[in-house]
Amino acid sequence: MRINISKRKIKDPFVTKVEEISGQNLLACYQCGKCSAGCPAVSEMDILPNQIIRYAQLGFKDELIRSKSIWICASCFTCNARCPKGINIAEVIEAIRQILLRKREDHLKIEKLSDADKEDVPPIAIISSMRKFTS
Amino acid sequence: MKISYYPGCTLKNNAKNFEDSTLCSLKRLEVEAEELERWNCCGTVFSLATDDLIHHVAPIRNLIRVKETNTNRVMTLCAMCFNTLKRANERVKSDPESLDKINEFMYREEVKYEGDVKVLHLLELLRDEIKFENIAKKVVKPLGNLKIANYYGCLLVRPKEIGLDDVENPTVLENLMTALGADAIDFPYKTECCASTRLSINLKTWLKEHTTSLPRLNPRALSLYL
Repeated sequence: MRINISKRKIKDPFVTKVEEISGQNLLACYQCGKCSAGCPAVSEMDILPNQIIRYAQLGFKDELIRSKSIWICASCFTCNARCPKGINIAEVIEAIRQILLRKREDHLKIEKLSDADKEDVPPIAIISSMRKFTS
Repeated sequence: MKISYYPGCTLKNNAKNFEDSTLCSLKRLEVEAEELERWNCCGTVFSLATDDLIHHVAPIRNLIRVKETNTNRVMTLCAMCFNTLKRANERVKSDPESLDKINEFMYREEVKYEGDVKVLHLLELLRDEIKFENIAKKVVKPLGNLKIANYYGCLLVRPKEIGLDDVENPTVLENLMTALGADAIDFPYKTECCASTRLSINLKTWLKEHTTSLPRLNPRALSLYL
């Protein structure tokens, strides 16, 4: 895959926004891959957690906001607990979700849930997914 | 011993059996868990964004409810409530400016929150105050040959700063089960994610996909977590 890196992308306000919302220093990452090695959901992801950080450093906004991974991450904090550089990867992924959610681009359509599903799922799971995946 | 108790939504619904059995057992251990007279949603999912104070209002309001009972600590049973209340508490304790803003937002509350409530999980109360050896003495029917895989999930142990035990290899549940006479087996997936925040996106496909692709998401782990 050919990847074009440009100064324009790196200086995109998106990078600053991700750093601001997440409170993380993206450049601290040296790509050891420990986050992706421990992540229980990588088999479902199109961009792995360490790649998310790399893409965010380089300002690959379109790739990130289109990715499946940002919605697969359940914020279980395994990556955060294991990062040798102390980066909270889950917070970085949350920041990318927030950038979309704050434009009212919800990922969960609660009205589409069937009554049977609503009965099966504990309230805490419904509320937490509304909190994570709706604006 | 008396302690304030914050139940949360799920303990009054799908997990009513967990509440009933806990309160009944605590009575036998001479602990009087007093449910808060008023409580609201715990805030469900600690907000990870730095600029999102509004989502810390719900947990802090609950901590004000605790102060109104003239105690300075509260016990939770639900892992999510524990994590959200404790993290919001730590967040405002380390950031007085945020605490002022939240207090200002809740100007109609008679009591101001000052970071002075301690959030405890049931397991901490059993381990640190009642102590497992005392629990063992009160066992009426030992769990005998039951082999139990103990599942913690993420929120009881992560992040490290608020977790109630070791972040990678917690043992509090195993020790409790041993005290009750059961055989706590080694369970390598004990702190893996159960993905509950994703359940309602599509319960059936999620369960199907993840019980096959992620062996750690077995139904046993799921039922213990929730």
